[in-house]
Amino acid sequence: MGARIASAFGLAAVLVAAGAVAAWFATAPRRISAEVAAGVSEPGDPEVGRNVFYIAGCDSCHMSPGQPDPLRLGGGMELKTPFGSFYPPNISPDKKDGIGSWSAADVADAIMAGVSPNGEQLYPALPYTSYCRMSIKDVGDLFAFLRTTPPVTGRAPPNALIFPFSIRRAVGFWKLLYMPRIDHPLAVDPTGEEALGRYLVEGPGHCAQCHSPRDFLGGVIEQRRLTGGLLPDGKGKAPNITAQGLKDWSEDDIVTALSTGFTPSGDALGGPMALEVRSLSHAPAPDLAAIAHYLKTYKAGAAQ
Amino acid sequence: MMRMTFAALAIAASTGIALSATGLQAIKERQDLMKADGAATTKMVAMLQGKAPFDLATVQKTLKTYENAASKEPALFPPDSKTGDKTQALPAVWEDDNKADFDARFKKFGADAAAALTTIKDEASFKATMPGVLDSCGGCHEKYKAKQQ
Repeated sequence: MGARIASAFGLAAVLVAAGAVAAWFATAPRRISAEVAAGVSEPGDPEVGRNVFYIAGCDSCHMSPGQPDPLRLGGGMELKTPFGSFYPPNISPDKKDGIGSWSAADVADAIMAGVSPNGEQLYPALPYTSYCRMSIKDVGDLFAFLRTTPPVTGRAPPNALIFPFSIRRAVGFWKLLYMPRIDHPLAVDPTGEEALGRYLVEGPGHCAQCHSPRDFLGGVIEQRRLTGGLLPDGKGKAPNITAQGLKDWSEDDIVTALSTGFTPSGDALGGPMALEVRSLSHAPAPDLAAIAHYLKTYKAGAAQ
Repeated sequence: MMRMTFAALAIAASTGIALSATGLQAIKERQDLMKADGAATTKMVAMLQGKAPFDLATVQKTLKTYENAASKEPALFPPDSKTGDKTQALPAVWEDDNKADFDARFKKFGADAAAALTTIKDEASFKATMPGVLDSCGGCHEKYKAKQQ
């Protein structure tokens, strides 16, 4: 009897240990491939990277709060979510407080794979589930552009998250559920208005991050992608931007809203979209036209 | 005693209704002013984009619309108008720390519109000045307004 209990305990201990080992491996950060790392390390074009920066709206979260320059990327703006407060980090080229000592592959690891240079999981408040679809050239160009911004000293406060979301390693489980598996990212941006629009919306533009409903673990509900969602702070809604949601808008209306912030009724876009518009107003007109074209043809439930 | 309770209830009920009516009335008035601003703004945006010809009279009329709305709006957010009638005003409007900022934004918007009335004389000065006046719209909505449905 005693032996049986002991062996049952032994078996349980082995199973727990095996489970822990499996969990450890399952949650291990998965970096970009050597091929992608080599690609993004080619010298990038900072002028093209500027466009990538504004389409992605890096400044919306990373610009130093309380000042108007979108290129002062000192981080520290509070991002309130149901999981707690995130404080996006300093991504200026400051060597000590920013990312001045990061390589292009380090930046690609962060934005395309959600992994920090020291191998930690990054939280999906950084929308890498979208940025993983960025082209290798766009990431390389973005890296080159970030290098041209002024170094800013000072670090963001640490995130203040609610347990269990405070366990960084657990992001690995989340990624198993929600991280798209993109083994071979595009080398360059696609051509043609529809393909480019889809790329910009689903890659750097990361529209689905706010404009989609999410499940209780914060994963986008794919069948209802782009049909509207709660804003990150939960205090308002991001509207449906599929063809159905935008049925009263022309493509030109969408371009005007994205570049000026004004809707067809003359209402000024509010909430976080006001920040996005400040970025998108710097984006090239053909890119905005492609985004508008894609949204006007997008039907809910269409596969990515 | 019974009669007094009824009277008290009646007074409470009527006061309650009166209060909510004030709130709803404020929501309606501020939305009407905002809609008038919006309707005028579509013309400004079209002119800025070169989709409509510059017209000084329309610009001046718009600036007066803005000035009028900006002077009346701060009083149209009483505490009993936080919810109801599809308002898209965020709770941040009524947070104590924000009161001064909220009012100052309308004051700046009105002052910018008034100044633009004298500054804008032709298309060039319109294109140089109007975007700055319109910045207040998104700037305020970023903090104080979001879609609710």
